[in-house]
Amino acid sequence: MSAHTYALTDSWTMTRRELAHWARQPVQVVVNLLFPVMLLLMFGYLIGGGRGVQGSYIDYVLPGMLALTMAFGLEGTMIAVTQDLNKGVVDRFRSMPMANGAVLVGRSAADMLQSALAVFVLMGVGYALGWRADGGPGAFLGAVGLLLLFRFAMLWIGIHLALVAGKPEMVQAVQILVWPIGFLSNALALPGTMPGWLGTVVEWNPMSHTATAVRDLFGGTGTEHVPAAIVWPLALLAVFFPLAVRRFARLSR
Amino acid sequence: MADTAITVEEARKKYGGKAGGYALDGLDLTVARGTVHGVLGPNGAGKTTLVRILATLLRPDSGRVEVAGHDVVRQAYEVRLRIGLLGQHAAVDEELGGHQNLEMFGRLHHLGARHARVRADELLERFGLGDTGRKPVKQYSGGMRRRLDLAASLITDPEVLFLDEPTTGLDPRGRTEVWSAVRSLVGGGTTVLLTTQYLEEADQLADRISVVDAGRVIADGTADQLKALTGGDRIDVVLRDAGQLGAAVALLPVPKDDVCVDPDRRLLSAPVTDRMAALSGVVRALEEAGIEAEDIALRRPTLDEVFLHLTGDDHRVKEPA
Repeated sequence: MSAHTYALTDSWTMTRRELAHWARQPVQVVVNLLFPVMLLLMFGYLIGGGRGVQGSYIDYVLPGMLALTMAFGLEGTMIAVTQDLNKGVVDRFRSMPMANGAVLVGRSAADMLQSALAVFVLMGVGYALGWRADGGPGAFLGAVGLLLLFRFAMLWIGIHLALVAGKPEMVQAVQILVWPIGFLSNALALPGTMPGWLGTVVEWNPMSHTATAVRDLFGGTGTEHVPAAIVWPLALLAVFFPLAVRRFARLSR
Repeated sequence: MADTAITVEEARKKYGGKAGGYALDGLDLTVARGTVHGVLGPNGAGKTTLVRILATLLRPDSGRVEVAGHDVVRQAYEVRLRIGLLGQHAAVDEELGGHQNLEMFGRLHHLGARHARVRADELLERFGLGDTGRKPVKQYSGGMRRRLDLAASLITDPEVLFLDEPTTGLDPRGRTEVWSAVRSLVGGGTTVLLTTQYLEEADQLADRISVVDAGRVIADGTADQLKALTGGDRIDVVLRDAGQLGAAVALLPVPKDDVCVDPDRRLLSAPVTDRMAALSGVVRALEEAGIEAEDIALRRPTLDEVFLHLTGDDHRVKEPA
């Protein structure tokens, strides 16, 4: 018998722990869900007007805001992991006869659930503002899947960064950096409206592929960006998932 | 060996994996089953590194380390089944309540949902936390948090329990709470390894004490054996006039370097071999020199003095002003 026997039950226990945190701090959960809504309203109405966008800006900006929300999830993951590491509770987990990976699985499950909720809340608000998904149910599910796949990649980058940096100060640095990286995308404005070199950077941003593919799937206007929106997150996962797992196992070095 | 709960042979560990000094520098330690073993040393002596290695949180760079009959590197899972850990920082989830914490740890020990809940109730009751089980831990006092932490380390009645500076940062009341909790464990057959900077704590709780400095054990024995190491008894002389301390040092029957002088308390302290001869000799010498003493006493050395003696910092003779 070994720790692997209990991988599933332990992962579930760790997921329950995160859900218990939600129950303890409902305000925090609501704030986290409303933050992207606030951004959507700000960019949709205050600043909006569509940087070079043809047609309805809400149809353009909502998919962008969904992708941006997934990207910003990175910092939420990083904060949670950093806090755990610095409070010593991870030491207790690691000194117990449990499946060690369960700590990370619980984190992933809770963050993915939170992100799925955020996606649906944002889409609900978008619907009220006149956004419609016209691409059919298959394309709709595909779009949600691409968003969550992108979030999953961000999640493991977040875990890895937390394990590498390990200090609350570093979280702040990442929090600040996430903004320009998030906005250096086509989430809110067309790259064509930007200076040439910037437009190129923006088109290379993995998040831009996800935003465009999701936009096309919702609008029923094609699937040409879908492969890139699958390959980029998978490539990021292929790098950061093993790095994070290795780093976690090496906490004992 | 069935009688040995902890075996450490020539354990080495570098700081943070980098080149440079060793946190453990060839440390040896043997702890008999069912005893309380104190590991005594200053900050940076390697105590926490030792506990983290014993609790499978860190791997030693070299050496052999066994806990409850299993190797901490190759059989970490077997070790984890048999240990409890109370680290320096509360290793509980601050957002959750006490009961939620203990139930979670019970589930992770694979007690099953129902048994985990029952066990959580039992432990909260036992540590006097019964009516605070719902409150989030961040609202607990320092002493309560430590007791919950201790309860979390005892979910499965571990064979070996590690307590890393269990009372550091607690007020006197919290310290007393933790001490009585630790005492209640002893006799249940649990082997306890306790690290501390407080000599009083080791003296109070431990059957045997290892004094650690710079990553190695520099002395090992019962409190009495360690006290005997400094050369036995001491004589304390309190003078009426601090100005005469310098003159009085010369009258004591030991080399000047062995005398500890504390001008604030007008106190001289020196090791003696022949108790009675020293006492009468000092009384007579002071009288002849016309130096007035308020108090003269013979006593056993404190563990503080033993520690300073062993680490070579005992020649802190303050020159009288």
